[in-house]
Amino acid sequence: MSKLSRRRVLKGMLNGSVVSIALPFLDCFLNESGTALASGAPIPQRFGTWSWGLGMSEAIFVPKKTGANFDLPPEIASLAPVQEHINLYTNFHVFKDAAPNLCHHSGWVILRSGIAPMTSANRPGETIDVTVSRKIGNATRFRSLSATATGDVRNSFSYENGNSVNVPEWSPLRFYQRLFGTDFQDPNASEFTPDPRVMVRKSSLSTVLDETRKLNKELGTEDRARLDQYFTGLRDLERRFDLQLTKPDPREACIVTDKPEDLPSGLDAYLVAKRHRMMTDLMLMAVACDQTRVTNMFYASAFSATTKPGYDKPHHTATHEEAVDEELQCQPNVSWYVRRAMDEWAYYVEAMANFREGDGTLLDNSLIYATTDQSFAKIHGIEGIPMFSAGTAGGRVRTGLHIDGGGSPGCRLGYTAMKLMGVDVPSWGDKSNNTSKEIGEILV
Amino acid sequence: MRGARLLTYFTKTRTRTAAVLALVLAVVGCSSDSGPVEPENSASPLRVRLMTGEQYTNTIAQIFGADISNAVAPPLPPLARTDGLLSSGAAFVGVTSDQVQQIQQAATSVAEKVVDEYHRDYLIPCEPVSSTEADAACAAQFLRETGRLLYRRPLSEDKVSELVSVADNAANETEDFYSGLAIALESMLISPEAVFIVDSAEPDPDNPGEERLDAYSLASRLSYFLWNSGPDNELLLAAENGELHTRQGLERAVERMLQSSRLEDGLRAFFDDMMAFDTFDSLAKDPVVYPAVTGATLADAREQTLRTVIDHVITQNLDYRDLFTTRKTFMSMNLAAIYGTPTTNGWVPYEYPADSSRSGLLTQVSFLAAHSHAVRSSPTLRGKALRELFLCQKVPPPPPDVDFSALEDAGDVPTARERLKVHNTNPACAGCHLITDPMGLALENFDGAGRYRETENGAELDISGELDGTTYDTIGGLTQAMRDHPKLSQCLVNRLYAYGTGGPVSLRYDRDILTNFEQRFVEQGFKVPDLLRDIALSQAFSRVRPDPVAAESVANENDELPSKLALN
Repeated sequence: MSKLSRRRVLKGMLNGSVVSIALPFLDCFLNESGTALASGAPIPQRFGTWSWGLGMSEAIFVPKKTGANFDLPPEIASLAPVQEHINLYTNFHVFKDAAPNLCHHSGWVILRSGIAPMTSANRPGETIDVTVSRKIGNATRFRSLSATATGDVRNSFSYENGNSVNVPEWSPLRFYQRLFGTDFQDPNASEFTPDPRVMVRKSSLSTVLDETRKLNKELGTEDRARLDQYFTGLRDLERRFDLQLTKPDPREACIVTDKPEDLPSGLDAYLVAKRHRMMTDLMLMAVACDQTRVTNMFYASAFSATTKPGYDKPHHTATHEEAVDEELQCQPNVSWYVRRAMDEWAYYVEAMANFREGDGTLLDNSLIYATTDQSFAKIHGIEGIPMFSAGTAGGRVRTGLHIDGGGSPGCRLGYTAMKLMGVDVPSWGDKSNNTSKEIGEILV
Repeated sequence: MRGARLLTYFTKTRTRTAAVLALVLAVVGCSSDSGPVEPENSASPLRVRLMTGEQYTNTIAQIFGADISNAVAPPLPPLARTDGLLSSGAAFVGVTSDQVQQIQQAATSVAEKVVDEYHRDYLIPCEPVSSTEADAACAAQFLRETGRLLYRRPLSEDKVSELVSVADNAANETEDFYSGLAIALESMLISPEAVFIVDSAEPDPDNPGEERLDAYSLASRLSYFLWNSGPDNELLLAAENGELHTRQGLERAVERMLQSSRLEDGLRAFFDDMMAFDTFDSLAKDPVVYPAVTGATLADAREQTLRTVIDHVITQNLDYRDLFTTRKTFMSMNLAAIYGTPTTNGWVPYEYPADSSRSGLLTQVSFLAAHSHAVRSSPTLRGKALRELFLCQKVPPPPPDVDFSALEDAGDVPTARERLKVHNTNPACAGCHLITDPMGLALENFDGAGRYRETENGAELDISGELDGTTYDTIGGLTQAMRDHPKLSQCLVNRLYAYGTGGPVSLRYDRDILTNFEQRFVEQGFKVPDLLRDIALSQAFSRVRPDPVAAESVANENDELPSKLALN
């Protein structure tokens, strides 16, 4: 079978959605043991984050059993198909210490940055994906990619610093064009000719770098920091140009799909699910094509305003205004929203688990870190804020476990993830969130 | 009255002598050769602003044409609303590596289009000797002219030579003059000089020891203020020949800009920002509840309000306050169903009938729908928006530990007024809801999509209320109270000055100059073009404040308002 015919088959089949395709794996892409590409390079490790809004209904979310084969209470019942691929972390805490409890902000900021924010506009430090991308994001076209299912460009849980948010892709069509537009170099193309324009583009950068340096000297401290950041971005661009001049390793799983339709605005849960799935499919193809190794997928914003058709309260409003049904042990409509989020988390994990790569799947070579902003949103609770992980990070993480944190810092999961991704830090987190203790139960 | 207020300014400034004061009082009501009298120390800080997405698009359109700007998505990040304006966030936002990459990609797209065979003949002012070879002379001509517009100041000859080397080298490598030129153009488009609007200062010869914006920075500040785009050739010439630093030259330049059709672009951008219309970029209504409201309806709602504002404040040059009571607007087919009126194709002038409950901006679909939930109206969101957007007052966020149990029990009441009453039973809620709800409840005759309704769930609506001491029992009563609110004009002045000078106002430094502008705004009949002129020609606009105040918390005249109202 030639590469071309295989690609032709797959291109016809995919058409914008991830499906599991049982095609014979092509040995020419791999080494003999199937753990590395034919070029000798190991299959890369990937790090991703996923986020949902407004926490959980503890009584019907947290399993009774810990460890393997944990029970799936009603609110997470949709995780059954992916239970073997994920870990659920409960009874971990985030600590605000002297900072105020900032509604829908403190929880996610601590889990993403390790630091309690002091105001609702404050974004301290940098998010974990940024830290990890410095380690593993240098060999791909994009250092990292972010996408949101909300259709709102303002919804992001990733930032380089307080003034610099990583802006998510919000439109499937726009995301597709950015990934697979004219700048895309197909790693499986039979021929590779370096584009002479990239070479001259790279050399012309030196004049821009000089201008930036010169301009920087004229500015005050804060603006100088902003120009420094721009300078860093230009240097990063230089690196990406180098990559464009190098023949990429073939990627068997990389099949560019057809252009997706665009979607209307709106936060109807079913529309959000559709958008989430389209963005997920594109994101995973970007990973399979080795366009990036660090991803952020945002299912909802912190103040999730997802709506349920025919119900008059969006998710956030419902968390505060809906009464708890004692019999059901939850706020029924709020739980409906959380269940929709869990449906999408299951979709995300399953899509990765079905995405063949080497003799395994994308998920086998990834670690996904999933967080939310509150534990019990009704009262803006952040104690016992739930988290998930998915994937084995190349067989180094045990999955299918429910871990009880015993009140220890939630930042332990982020710290464990960083260590797995090769980030050499002695500890992570500020004040009470600081930890140097990995979650040993999940490590192989 | 005016003299008394000026007296207050000058006693505050302390340094003025009695002789100067007497002189100033003698000229009250007149303009001197150097313009209206301003507080002595009025000045504004140097700023480094990232170009906004719209400014990028306008700039590309202005230099290369709208067909090119329309084909390239602006690569700039969304901004954090800062003291009421997104544009003020541009003075603080950083650019991530990912964003730099997007800026580069957009630059490539723009440059490729500029040199393609459809555009090169009219965008490149010369023909190369050979299209397959470098041509330094032709490249220099294009890069010098284009660079001046992109950097908003002339390029030094050293810089031109450097860019020509880039173009020549690239042309030799690619064996294509135009590809080479495109690479040099790309490097200009990603230069921080183009992407950031950087203010530069120079010593002020008229005021030894003080600094003013250099002429090119002043040109840029004027241009982004009034046109939301970079300076054109004529404005750059005025900077180049020193005219902008003369009173007459500055007046001439500002007058030309105010008379230009591009003023509409500038004011549209300002009001779109001030009214937080970025909300419309992702706004949607539940199709089950509001089947008539589509994305096109909401886009037209935004456009309707902008058309109303521009017609009122520029075309008709009417009193700004009357925007809140005017019955005149524009109608489109998409909106007609929501307003319940027949119309014809396209945008047509429209006046609400005499018996209509609608009058002014607060009763337009844009305000009513943007500040509602997807499935129902929200008096609280509307009241909050009314205060924050138009009165520059700040409504604090709810406390984290609110007990909502009372609200749950009230879940089945028919109207929002009854539902919100329960907030008043909880002291933690009452303070803030008193600030927002009485105004929002007066708009309850309009549902979450802005459609008129007599009842809610079969119950009659009580729309009586009070806005800062003025009581009303009709919608018209609220809109009139809003029109007459003393903070209304102060807020516009505050926002326009921040918008013009590129960042939030400083309560510490700008209080007097803002009062000054407001006073003149009142005296001139609340005419926005006059206010624009006053700001653009002011000393504060072009004189540089020596001590940067970036770290200072931004002004909010009404931070104490919630506690005051709660005590009432």
